Amino acid sequence: MSAFLRVERLAKTYQPHKPVFQDVSFAIQRGEFVCIIGHSGCGKTTVLNILAGLDVATEGYVFMENREVAGPSLDRGVVFQGHALMPWFTVGQNIAFAVRSRWPDWDRARVHAQVEHFVALVGLGAAIDRKPSELSGGMKQRVGIARAFAIQPRLLLLDEPFGALDALTRGTIQDELMGIVRETTQTVFMITHDVDEAILLADRILLMSNGNETRAGYRPGRIAEVVDNPLPRERTRATLHHLEAYYPFRNQIVDFLVSRAKAV
Amino acid sequence: MGLMRGLALRAAVLSVLLFAVFVGAWQVATAPVAGVASGPGLSPEQIEYARMMGKDPGAQKSGGFPTPGQVAATIVGHLSDPFYDKGPNDKGIGIQLGHSLGRVALGFSLACLVAIPLGFLIGMSPLMRRSLDPFIQVLKPISPLAWMPLALYTIKDSSASGIFVIFICSVWPMLVNTAFGVASVKREWLNVALTLEVSSMRKAFLVILPAAAPTILTGMRISMGIAWLVIVAAEMLVGGTGIGYFVWNEWNNLSLTNVIFAVLVIGVVGMLLDLAFGWLQRAVTYVD
Repeated sequence: MSAFLRVERLAKTYQPHKPVFQDVSFAIQRGEFVCIIGHSGCGKTTVLNILAGLDVATEGYVFMENREVAGPSLDRGVVFQGHALMPWFTVGQNIAFAVRSRWPDWDRARVHAQVEHFVALVGLGAAIDRKPSELSGGMKQRVGIARAFAIQPRLLLLDEPFGALDALTRGTIQDELMGIVRETTQTVFMITHDVDEAILLADRILLMSNGNETRAGYRPGRIAEVVDNPLPRERTRATLHHLEAYYPFRNQIVDFLVSRAKAV
Repeated sequence: MGLMRGLALRAAVLSVLLFAVFVGAWQVATAPVAGVASGPGLSPEQIEYARMMGKDPGAQKSGGFPTPGQVAATIVGHLSDPFYDKGPNDKGIGIQLGHSLGRVALGFSLACLVAIPLGFLIGMSPLMRRSLDPFIQVLKPISPLAWMPLALYTIKDSSASGIFVIFICSVWPMLVNTAFGVASVKREWLNVALTLEVSSMRKAFLVILPAAAPTILTGMRISMGIAWLVIVAAEMLVGGTGIGYFVWNEWNNLSLTNVIFAVLVIGVVGMLLDLAFGWLQRAVTYVD
Protein backbone atom coordinates (compact mmCIF):
# COMPACT_ATOMS: atom_id res chain seq x y z
CA MET A 1 0.00 0.00 0.00
CA SER A 2 1.44 3.37 -0.91
CA ALA A 3 1.57 6.26 1.50
CA PHE A 4 -1.17 8.85 1.89
CA LEU A 5 1.20 11.65 0.90
CA ARG A 6 4.39 11.16 -1.06
CA VAL A 7 6.95 13.88 -1.62
CA GLU A 8 9.56 12.99 -4.21
CA ARG A 9 12.88 14.71 -4.84
CA LEU A 10 11.55 18.19 -4.26
CA ALA A 11 13.84 21.14 -5.05
CA LYS A 12 13.41 24.88 -5.08
CA THR A 13 15.86 27.17 -6.83
CA TYR A 14 15.85 30.95 -6.79
CA GLN A 15 19.48 31.55 -7.78
CA PRO A 16 20.80 29.30 -10.56
CA HIS A 17 22.89 26.33 -9.35
CA LYS A 18 22.12 27.22 -5.74
CA PRO A 19 18.91 25.45 -4.81
CA VAL A 20 17.59 26.35 -1.35
CA PHE A 21 16.85 22.67 -0.87
CA GLN A 22 17.16 19.61 -3.04
CA ASP A 23 16.23 15.94 -2.95
CA VAL A 24 13.59 16.42 -0.30
CA SER A 25 11.63 13.19 -0.16
CA PHE A 26 9.37 11.86 2.55
CA ALA A 27 6.03 10.20 3.02
CA ILE A 28 3.18 10.70 5.46
CA GLN A 29 0.77 7.93 6.40
CA ARG A 30 -2.92 8.53 6.94
CA GLY A 31 -3.60 9.79 10.45
CA GLU A 32 0.04 10.59 11.08
CA PHE A 33 1.28 13.81 12.70
CA VAL A 34 4.57 14.91 11.16
CA CYS A 35 6.60 17.92 12.26
CA ILE A 36 9.45 19.52 10.38
CA ILE A 37 12.14 21.35 12.32
CA GLY A 38 14.93 23.47 10.95
CA HIS A 39 16.57 26.86 11.22
CA SER A 40 15.16 29.92 9.48
CA GLY A 41 15.90 30.02 5.78
CA CYS A 42 16.18 26.25 5.30
CA GLY A 43 13.03 26.32 3.18
CA LYS A 44 10.48 24.64 5.44
CA THR A 45 7.79 27.20 4.66
CA THR A 46 8.46 26.73 0.95
CA VAL A 47 8.02 22.96 1.36
CA LEU A 48 4.71 23.56 3.13
CA ASN A 49 3.56 26.04 0.48
CA ILE A 50 4.37 23.51 -2.23
CA LEU A 51 2.30 20.90 -0.37
CA ALA A 52 -0.51 23.47 -0.11
CA GLY A 53 -0.24 24.21 -3.82
CA LEU A 54 0.55 27.88 -3.18
CA ASP A 55 4.11 27.57 -4.48
CA VAL A 56 5.60 25.55 -7.30
CA ALA A 57 8.64 23.31 -6.92
CA THR A 58 11.53 23.73 -9.34
CA GLU A 59 11.94 19.96 -9.38
CA GLY A 60 10.13 17.01 -7.94
CA TYR A 61 6.56 15.98 -7.29
CA VAL A 62 4.01 15.73 -4.53
CA PHE A 63 1.34 13.04 -4.62
CA MET A 64 -1.62 12.87 -2.33
CA GLU A 65 -3.58 9.63 -2.50
CA ASN A 66 -1.67 8.86 -5.70
CA ARG A 67 -2.77 12.06 -7.43
CA GLU A 68 -0.31 14.79 -8.15
CA VAL A 69 -0.74 18.03 -6.24
CA ALA A 70 -1.15 20.86 -8.74
CA GLY A 71 -2.49 24.04 -7.21
CA PRO A 72 -4.38 24.69 -4.00
CA SER A 73 -7.26 22.49 -2.98
CA LEU A 74 -9.93 22.26 -0.30
CA ASP A 75 -8.50 18.82 0.47
CA ARG A 76 -5.54 20.51 2.13
CA GLY A 77 -6.40 23.01 4.86
CA VAL A 78 -3.78 25.54 5.87
CA VAL A 79 -3.30 27.34 9.19
CA PHE A 80 -1.14 30.32 8.37
CA GLN A 81 1.65 31.74 10.47
CA GLY A 82 -0.14 35.04 11.02
CA HIS A 83 -3.70 33.75 11.53
CA ALA A 84 -4.81 35.37 8.16
CA LEU A 85 -8.35 36.07 9.35
CA MET A 86 -10.40 38.56 7.36
CA PRO A 87 -10.75 41.53 9.72
CA TRP A 88 -14.06 42.67 8.17
CA PHE A 89 -15.73 39.35 9.06
CA THR A 90 -16.66 38.23 12.55
CA VAL A 91 -15.28 34.97 13.93
CA GLY A 92 -18.40 33.13 12.76
CA GLN A 93 -18.33 34.74 9.31
CA ASN A 94 -14.67 33.87 8.85
CA ILE A 95 -15.42 30.21 9.42
CA ALA A 96 -18.68 30.35 7.46
CA PHE A 97 -16.73 31.75 4.50
CA ALA A 98 -14.59 28.60 4.51
CA VAL A 99 -17.57 26.28 5.10
CA ARG A 100 -19.55 27.80 2.22
CA SER A 101 -16.52 27.46 -0.05
CA ARG A 102 -16.32 23.75 0.82
CA TRP A 103 -20.03 23.00 0.51
CA PRO A 104 -21.58 25.69 -1.73
CA ASP A 105 -24.99 23.97 -1.78
CA TRP A 106 -25.44 23.81 1.99
CA ASP A 107 -28.31 25.88 3.37
CA ARG A 108 -27.89 28.58 5.99
CA ALA A 109 -28.85 26.35 8.94
CA ARG A 110 -26.39 23.66 7.99
CA VAL A 111 -23.55 26.14 7.55
CA HIS A 112 -24.40 27.71 10.87
CA ALA A 113 -24.42 24.35 12.64
CA GLN A 114 -21.01 23.48 11.21
CA VAL A 115 -19.61 26.89 12.21
CA GLU A 116 -20.98 26.63 15.74
CA HIS A 117 -19.59 23.15 16.18
CA PHE A 118 -16.04 24.16 15.25
CA VAL A 119 -16.13 27.45 17.14
CA ALA A 120 -17.17 25.51 20.23
CA LEU A 121 -14.40 22.97 19.57
CA VAL A 122 -11.74 25.66 20.11
CA GLY A 123 -13.69 27.11 23.04
CA LEU A 124 -14.71 30.38 21.41
CA GLY A 125 -18.49 29.99 21.49
CA ALA A 126 -18.87 33.26 23.35
CA ALA A 127 -16.79 35.17 20.80
CA ILE A 128 -18.56 33.98 17.65
CA ASP A 129 -19.93 37.45 16.81
CA ARG A 130 -16.75 39.36 17.58
CA LYS A 131 -14.35 40.79 15.05
CA PRO A 132 -10.77 39.45 15.03
CA SER A 133 -9.47 42.84 16.19
CA GLU A 134 -11.36 42.31 19.46
CA LEU A 135 -9.58 39.02 20.14
CA SER A 136 -6.22 38.22 21.69
CA GLY A 137 -3.47 36.63 19.61
CA GLY A 138 -4.21 33.19 21.01
CA MET A 139 -7.92 33.48 20.27
CA LYS A 140 -7.20 34.59 16.69
CA GLN A 141 -4.97 31.59 16.13
CA ARG A 142 -7.71 29.34 17.55
CA VAL A 143 -10.13 30.77 14.99
CA GLY A 144 -7.55 30.03 12.27
CA ILE A 145 -7.38 26.43 13.49
CA ALA A 146 -11.17 26.16 13.68
CA ARG A 147 -11.42 27.49 10.12
CA ALA A 148 -8.97 24.91 8.83
CA PHE A 149 -10.72 22.04 10.67
CA ALA A 150 -14.21 23.20 9.67
CA ILE A 151 -13.68 22.28 6.02
CA GLN A 152 -12.59 18.79 7.15
CA PRO A 153 -9.52 18.61 4.93
CA ARG A 154 -7.77 15.31 4.28
CA LEU A 155 -4.45 16.91 5.15
CA LEU A 156 -3.90 19.77 7.56
CA LEU A 157 -0.89 22.00 7.01
CA LEU A 158 0.26 24.16 9.92
CA ASP A 159 2.88 26.84 9.28
CA GLU A 160 4.35 27.58 12.70
CA PRO A 161 0.91 28.35 14.06
CA PHE A 162 2.00 29.21 17.59
CA GLY A 163 5.16 31.14 16.78
CA ALA A 164 3.72 34.50 17.79
CA LEU A 165 2.06 33.34 21.01
CA ASP A 166 3.31 33.55 24.58
CA ALA A 167 4.40 30.29 26.23
CA LEU A 168 1.32 29.83 28.43
CA THR A 169 -1.18 30.37 25.62
CA ARG A 170 0.89 28.21 23.33
CA GLY A 171 0.75 25.32 25.79
CA THR A 172 -3.02 25.52 26.12
CA ILE A 173 -3.60 25.59 22.38
CA GLN A 174 -1.12 22.76 21.81
CA ASP A 175 -3.22 20.63 24.16
CA GLU A 176 -6.38 21.61 22.36
CA LEU A 177 -4.88 20.91 18.96
CA MET A 178 -3.67 17.50 20.11
CA GLY A 179 -7.12 16.67 21.46
CA ILE A 180 -8.84 17.60 18.21
CA VAL A 181 -6.28 15.81 16.05
CA ARG A 182 -6.57 12.59 18.08
CA GLU A 183 -10.35 12.80 18.01
CA THR A 184 -10.64 13.39 14.26
CA THR A 185 -7.66 11.19 13.29
CA GLN A 186 -6.53 14.11 11.19
CA THR A 187 -3.36 13.80 9.12
CA VAL A 188 -1.12 16.77 9.93
CA PHE A 189 2.06 18.29 8.59
CA MET A 190 3.41 21.05 10.80
CA ILE A 191 6.34 23.44 10.80
CA THR A 192 7.78 24.42 14.14
CA HIS A 193 10.80 26.00 15.74
CA ASP A 194 9.98 24.60 19.14
CA VAL A 195 11.56 21.25 19.99
CA ASP A 196 9.15 20.52 22.85
CA GLU A 197 6.19 21.31 20.66
CA ALA A 198 7.41 18.80 18.09
CA ILE A 199 8.03 16.14 20.76
CA LEU A 200 4.58 16.65 22.23
CA LEU A 201 2.63 16.62 18.99
CA ALA A 202 4.54 14.67 16.35
CA ASP A 203 4.64 10.99 15.61
CA ARG A 204 7.64 11.61 13.41
CA ILE A 205 9.99 14.55 13.14
CA LEU A 206 11.83 15.60 9.99
CA LEU A 207 15.05 17.48 10.69
CA MET A 208 15.94 19.83 7.89
CA SER A 209 19.39 21.32 7.33
CA ASN A 210 20.15 24.68 5.75
CA GLY A 211 21.92 25.11 2.44
CA ASN A 212 25.55 26.09 3.06
CA GLU A 213 28.97 26.46 1.50
CA THR A 214 31.40 23.64 2.28
CA ARG A 215 34.92 23.06 1.11
CA ALA A 216 33.52 20.71 -1.49
CA GLY A 217 31.25 23.45 -2.80
CA TYR A 218 27.67 24.56 -2.18
CA ARG A 219 25.43 22.06 -0.47
CA PRO A 220 21.69 22.64 -0.67
CA GLY A 221 19.30 22.20 2.25
CA ARG A 222 17.77 18.76 2.68
CA ILE A 223 16.03 16.44 5.10
CA ALA A 224 19.06 15.42 7.11
CA GLU A 225 17.40 13.02 9.53
CA VAL A 226 14.01 11.51 10.21
CA VAL A 227 13.32 10.47 13.79
CA ASP A 228 10.35 8.51 15.13
CA ASN A 229 8.90 9.73 18.39
CA PRO A 230 9.64 6.96 20.95
CA LEU A 231 7.20 8.35 23.54
CA PRO A 232 3.79 6.76 24.04
CA ARG A 233 1.08 8.42 21.96
CA GLU A 234 -1.05 9.19 25.00
CA ARG A 235 1.36 11.80 26.35
CA THR A 236 0.45 15.11 27.92
CA ARG A 237 2.35 18.35 28.14
CA ALA A 238 2.30 18.26 31.94
CA THR A 239 3.94 14.82 32.27
CA LEU A 240 6.05 14.81 29.13
CA HIS A 241 9.34 15.61 30.86
CA HIS A 242 8.89 12.80 33.38
CA LEU A 243 8.97 10.15 30.66
CA GLU A 244 12.20 8.20 30.56
CA ALA A 245 12.74 8.49 26.83
CA TYR A 246 12.06 12.23 26.81
CA TYR A 247 15.53 13.65 27.52
CA PRO A 248 17.56 11.40 25.23
CA PHE A 249 15.09 12.15 22.41
CA ARG A 250 15.11 15.86 23.09
CA ASN A 251 18.91 15.91 23.25
CA GLN A 252 19.11 14.15 19.91
CA ILE A 253 17.05 16.88 18.24
CA VAL A 254 18.75 19.76 20.02
CA ASP A 255 22.17 18.33 19.13
CA PHE A 256 21.13 18.24 15.53
CA LEU A 257 19.92 21.84 15.56
CA VAL A 258 23.00 23.12 17.38
CA SER A 259 25.77 21.23 15.62
CA ARG A 260 24.65 19.59 12.41
CA ALA A 261 21.73 21.56 10.96
CA LYS A 262 23.98 24.22 9.50
CA ALA A 263 27.42 22.65 9.25
CA VAL A 264 26.77 19.20 7.80
CA MET B 1 -12.77 61.79 28.62
CA GLY B 2 -13.44 64.82 30.77
CA LEU B 3 -10.36 66.42 29.32
CA MET B 4 -11.58 65.77 25.77
CA ARG B 5 -14.98 67.22 26.53
CA GLY B 6 -13.32 70.24 28.07
CA LEU B 7 -11.23 70.65 24.93
CA ALA B 8 -14.29 70.36 22.66
CA LEU B 9 -16.14 72.93 24.73
CA ARG B 10 -13.25 75.37 24.68
CA ALA B 11 -12.84 74.90 20.94
CA ALA B 12 -16.55 75.61 20.43
CA VAL B 13 -16.38 78.74 22.55
CA LEU B 14 -13.34 79.92 20.59
CA SER B 15 -15.10 79.23 17.29
CA VAL B 16 -18.11 81.31 18.33
CA LEU B 17 -15.79 84.07 19.52
CA LEU B 18 -13.86 84.11 16.22
CA PHE B 19 -17.13 84.23 14.32
CA ALA B 20 -18.30 87.19 16.43
CA VAL B 21 -15.02 89.04 15.82
CA PHE B 22 -15.29 88.37 12.08
CA VAL B 23 -18.89 89.60 11.86
CA GLY B 24 -18.01 92.59 14.02
CA ALA B 25 -15.11 93.55 11.76
CA TRP B 26 -17.32 93.08 8.72
CA GLN B 27 -19.97 95.30 10.28
CA VAL B 28 -17.43 98.04 11.04
CA ALA B 29 -15.90 97.84 7.59
CA THR B 30 -19.22 98.16 5.80
CA ALA B 31 -20.83 100.67 8.14
CA PRO B 32 -22.52 103.48 6.18
CA VAL B 33 -20.53 106.72 5.97
CA ALA B 34 -22.08 110.17 5.86
CA GLY B 35 -23.20 111.37 2.45
CA VAL B 36 -21.41 114.08 0.46
CA ALA B 37 -21.67 117.74 1.17
CA SER B 38 -24.58 117.56 3.48
CA GLY B 39 -24.95 120.63 5.55
CA PRO B 40 -27.33 123.11 6.91
CA GLY B 41 -26.04 125.74 4.54
CA LEU B 42 -27.95 124.46 1.52
CA SER B 43 -31.06 126.08 0.18
CA PRO B 44 -34.03 123.83 -0.78
CA GLU B 45 -33.23 124.51 -4.45
CA GLN B 46 -29.66 123.35 -4.01
CA ILE B 47 -30.85 120.21 -2.23
CA GLU B 48 -33.30 119.44 -4.99
CA TYR B 49 -30.59 120.00 -7.59
CA ALA B 50 -28.28 117.65 -5.75
CA ARG B 51 -31.07 115.03 -5.63
CA MET B 52 -31.61 115.33 -9.35
CA MET B 53 -27.87 114.73 -9.84
CA GLY B 54 -28.16 111.53 -7.79
CA LYS B 55 -26.36 112.90 -4.74
CA ASP B 56 -28.96 112.91 -2.04
CA PRO B 57 -27.40 114.99 0.75
CA GLY B 58 -29.78 113.55 3.32
CA ALA B 59 -29.19 109.91 2.37
CA GLN B 60 -26.25 107.92 3.66
CA LYS B 61 -23.76 106.54 1.20
CA SER B 62 -22.79 102.90 1.45
CA GLY B 63 -19.55 101.37 0.21
CA GLY B 64 -21.49 98.91 -1.95
CA PHE B 65 -20.41 95.86 0.00
CA PRO B 66 -23.36 94.45 1.95
CA THR B 67 -23.45 94.51 5.73
CA PRO B 68 -23.85 91.36 7.82
CA GLY B 69 -27.43 92.37 8.52
CA GLN B 70 -28.29 92.59 4.83
CA VAL B 71 -26.70 89.22 4.14
CA ALA B 72 -28.55 87.68 7.09
CA ALA B 73 -31.83 89.06 5.76
CA THR B 74 -31.04 87.60 2.31
CA ILE B 75 -30.25 84.22 3.85
CA VAL B 76 -33.51 84.18 5.75
CA GLY B 77 -35.36 85.29 2.61
CA HIS B 78 -33.87 82.55 0.44
CA LEU B 79 -34.22 79.80 2.99
CA SER B 80 -37.84 80.66 3.79
CA ASP B 81 -38.82 80.00 0.17
CA PRO B 82 -36.21 77.73 -1.39
CA PHE B 83 -38.30 76.11 -4.13
CA TYR B 84 -40.02 78.94 -6.03
CA ASP B 85 -39.71 79.06 -9.79
CA LYS B 86 -40.36 82.36 -11.53
CA GLY B 87 -38.81 81.68 -14.91
CA PRO B 88 -35.31 80.84 -16.15
CA ASN B 89 -33.44 83.55 -14.23
CA ASP B 90 -35.32 83.47 -10.97
CA LYS B 91 -35.47 80.16 -9.21
CA GLY B 92 -35.29 79.28 -5.51
CA ILE B 93 -31.95 78.19 -4.09
CA GLY B 94 -33.30 74.69 -3.45
CA ILE B 95 -34.03 74.22 -7.14
CA GLN B 96 -30.61 75.53 -8.15
CA LEU B 97 -28.88 73.25 -5.64
CA GLY B 98 -30.99 70.34 -6.84
CA HIS B 99 -29.74 70.87 -10.39
CA SER B 100 -26.12 71.05 -9.27
CA LEU B 101 -26.39 68.02 -6.99
CA GLY B 102 -28.17 66.08 -9.72
CA ARG B 103 -25.35 66.78 -12.19
CA VAL B 104 -22.71 65.86 -9.64
CA ALA B 105 -24.56 62.69 -8.67
CA LEU B 106 -24.92 61.61 -12.29
CA GLY B 107 -21.34 62.41 -13.33
CA PHE B 108 -19.96 60.91 -10.12
CA SER B 109 -22.01 57.71 -10.48
CA LEU B 110 -20.85 57.25 -14.06
CA ALA B 111 -17.29 57.75 -12.87
CA CYS B 112 -17.81 55.07 -10.18
CA LEU B 113 -19.15 52.65 -12.78
CA VAL B 114 -16.05 53.13 -14.91
CA ALA B 115 -13.32 53.72 -12.33
CA ILE B 116 -14.02 50.93 -9.85
CA PRO B 117 -14.17 47.98 -12.30
CA LEU B 118 -11.26 49.42 -14.28
CA GLY B 119 -9.34 49.99 -11.06
CA PHE B 120 -9.94 46.34 -10.13
CA LEU B 121 -8.56 45.28 -13.49
CA ILE B 122 -5.49 47.49 -13.18
CA GLY B 123 -4.93 46.44 -9.58
CA MET B 124 -5.10 42.72 -10.36
CA SER B 125 -3.17 42.67 -13.63
CA PRO B 126 0.37 44.05 -13.79
CA LEU B 127 0.09 43.96 -17.58
CA MET B 128 -2.94 46.26 -17.56
CA ARG B 129 -1.30 48.52 -15.00
CA ARG B 130 1.80 48.99 -17.10
CA SER B 131 -0.05 49.42 -20.38
CA LEU B 132 -2.63 51.90 -19.06
CA ASP B 133 -0.26 53.86 -16.84
CA PRO B 134 0.99 56.31 -19.53
CA PHE B 135 -2.59 57.24 -20.46
CA ILE B 136 -3.60 57.78 -16.85
CA GLN B 137 -0.50 59.84 -16.13
CA VAL B 138 -1.20 62.16 -19.07
CA LEU B 139 -4.97 62.43 -18.65
CA LYS B 140 -5.00 62.84 -14.87
CA PRO B 141 -3.44 66.33 -14.61
CA ILE B 142 -5.72 67.90 -17.26
CA SER B 143 -8.03 70.51 -15.75
CA PRO B 144 -11.55 69.18 -16.19
CA LEU B 145 -12.66 72.53 -17.64
CA ALA B 146 -10.16 72.15 -20.48
CA TRP B 147 -12.37 69.34 -21.73
CA MET B 148 -15.35 71.69 -21.93
CA PRO B 149 -14.94 72.89 -25.55
CA LEU B 150 -14.41 69.32 -26.80
CA ALA B 151 -17.38 68.15 -24.77
CA LEU B 152 -19.61 70.93 -26.07
CA TYR B 153 -18.54 70.25 -29.65
CA THR B 154 -19.01 66.50 -29.53
CA ILE B 155 -21.92 66.14 -27.11
CA LYS B 156 -23.58 69.37 -28.27
CA ASP B 157 -25.81 69.48 -25.20
CA SER B 158 -24.57 71.92 -22.57
CA SER B 159 -26.11 70.10 -19.63
CA ALA B 160 -24.64 66.76 -20.72
CA SER B 161 -21.29 68.49 -21.18
CA GLY B 162 -21.43 69.62 -17.56
CA ILE B 163 -22.06 66.04 -16.49
CA PHE B 164 -19.17 64.87 -18.65
CA VAL B 165 -16.84 67.37 -16.98
CA ILE B 166 -17.87 66.05 -13.56
CA PHE B 167 -17.32 62.53 -14.80
CA ILE B 168 -13.85 63.22 -16.12
CA CYS B 169 -12.69 64.98 -12.97
CA SER B 170 -14.11 62.31 -10.62
CA VAL B 171 -12.72 59.35 -12.49
CA TRP B 172 -8.98 59.73 -11.77
CA PRO B 173 -8.73 59.74 -7.97
CA MET B 174 -11.16 56.81 -7.81
CA LEU B 175 -9.30 54.88 -10.49
CA VAL B 176 -5.88 55.40 -8.96
CA ASN B 177 -7.05 54.62 -5.43
CA THR B 178 -9.03 51.53 -6.45
CA ALA B 179 -6.05 50.17 -8.38
CA PHE B 180 -3.75 50.84 -5.44
CA GLY B 181 -6.17 49.34 -2.90
CA VAL B 182 -6.72 46.21 -4.98
CA ALA B 183 -3.01 45.76 -5.69
CA SER B 184 -2.11 46.00 -2.00
CA VAL B 185 -4.58 43.45 -0.65
CA LYS B 186 -2.59 41.27 1.76
CA ARG B 187 -1.06 38.18 0.20
CA GLU B 188 -2.24 36.02 3.11
CA TRP B 189 -5.93 36.82 2.50
CA LEU B 190 -5.53 35.90 -1.16
CA ASN B 191 -3.78 32.69 -0.10
CA VAL B 192 -6.73 31.84 2.14
CA ALA B 193 -9.06 32.36 -0.82
CA LEU B 194 -6.78 30.20 -2.98
CA THR B 195 -6.64 27.29 -0.55
CA LEU B 196 -10.43 27.46 -0.16
CA GLU B 197 -10.81 27.35 -3.96
CA VAL B 198 -13.04 30.44 -3.82
CA SER B 199 -14.55 31.41 -7.19
CA SER B 200 -13.26 34.63 -8.70
CA MET B 201 -16.57 36.45 -8.22
CA ARG B 202 -16.76 35.52 -4.52
CA LYS B 203 -13.11 36.46 -4.15
CA ALA B 204 -13.71 39.85 -5.76
CA PHE B 205 -16.75 40.70 -3.65
CA LEU B 206 -15.96 39.00 -0.33
CA VAL B 207 -12.19 39.37 -0.11
CA ILE B 208 -10.75 42.02 -2.41
CA LEU B 209 -13.59 44.54 -2.27
CA PRO B 210 -13.84 44.68 1.55
CA ALA B 211 -10.04 44.65 1.84
CA ALA B 212 -9.68 47.56 -0.59
CA ALA B 213 -12.86 49.39 0.45
CA PRO B 214 -11.19 51.94 2.75
CA THR B 215 -8.76 52.95 -0.01
CA ILE B 216 -11.53 53.03 -2.61
CA LEU B 217 -13.68 55.20 -0.34
CA THR B 218 -10.75 57.58 0.13
CA GLY B 219 -10.60 57.95 -3.64
CA MET B 220 -14.35 58.53 -3.82
CA ARG B 221 -14.14 61.18 -1.12
CA ILE B 222 -11.39 63.03 -2.98
CA SER B 223 -13.36 62.71 -6.22
CA MET B 224 -16.51 64.10 -4.63
CA GLY B 225 -14.56 67.07 -3.27
CA ILE B 226 -13.14 67.82 -6.70
CA ALA B 227 -16.51 67.32 -8.40
CA TRP B 228 -18.11 69.84 -6.07
CA LEU B 229 -15.34 72.36 -6.80
CA VAL B 230 -15.69 71.85 -10.53
CA ILE B 231 -19.49 71.94 -10.80
CA VAL B 232 -19.58 75.62 -9.79
CA ALA B 233 -17.08 76.59 -12.50
CA ALA B 234 -18.74 74.34 -15.08
CA GLU B 235 -22.18 75.83 -14.44
CA MET B 236 -20.78 79.35 -14.74
CA LEU B 237 -19.66 78.34 -18.24
CA VAL B 238 -22.66 76.37 -19.47
CA GLY B 239 -25.30 78.44 -17.68
CA GLY B 240 -29.00 77.73 -17.42
CA THR B 241 -29.41 76.26 -13.95
CA GLY B 242 -27.42 75.31 -10.90
CA ILE B 243 -25.65 77.00 -8.04
CA GLY B 244 -22.71 78.03 -10.26
CA TYR B 245 -25.05 79.71 -12.70
CA PHE B 246 -26.80 81.38 -9.77
CA VAL B 247 -23.49 82.93 -8.65
CA TRP B 248 -22.74 84.14 -12.15
CA ASN B 249 -26.27 85.50 -12.63
CA GLU B 250 -26.20 87.40 -9.34
CA TRP B 251 -22.80 88.83 -10.23
CA ASN B 252 -24.37 90.17 -13.44
CA ASN B 253 -27.17 91.57 -11.29
CA LEU B 254 -24.50 93.16 -9.07
CA SER B 255 -26.25 91.55 -6.13
CA LEU B 256 -23.33 90.85 -3.82
CA THR B 257 -25.61 89.74 -0.97
CA ASN B 258 -26.88 86.91 -3.17
CA VAL B 259 -23.33 86.04 -4.22
CA ILE B 260 -22.23 85.88 -0.59
CA PHE B 261 -25.24 83.75 0.23
CA ALA B 262 -24.45 81.36 -2.65
CA VAL B 263 -20.80 81.14 -1.59
CA LEU B 264 -21.91 80.14 1.90
CA VAL B 265 -24.33 77.55 0.53
CA ILE B 266 -21.59 76.02 -1.66
CA GLY B 267 -19.34 75.75 1.38
CA VAL B 268 -21.97 74.17 3.60
CA VAL B 269 -23.12 71.65 0.98
CA GLY B 270 -19.51 70.73 0.20
CA MET B 271 -18.90 70.16 3.88
CA LEU B 272 -22.00 67.96 4.19
CA LEU B 273 -20.94 65.88 1.19
CA ASP B 274 -17.49 65.41 2.70
CA LEU B 275 -19.00 64.45 6.05
CA ALA B 276 -21.20 61.88 4.35
CA PHE B 277 -18.23 60.27 2.64
CA GLY B 278 -16.21 60.46 5.84
CA TRP B 279 -18.98 58.54 7.54
CA LEU B 280 -19.06 55.93 4.75
CA GLN B 281 -15.30 55.63 4.99
CA ARG B 282 -15.48 54.89 8.70
CA ALA B 283 -18.22 52.35 8.05
CA VAL B 284 -15.97 50.23 5.77
CA THR B 285 -12.72 50.68 7.67
CA TYR B 286 -11.54 47.60 9.54
CA VAL B 287 -9.01 47.22 12.29
CA ASP B 288 -6.40 44.70 11.29
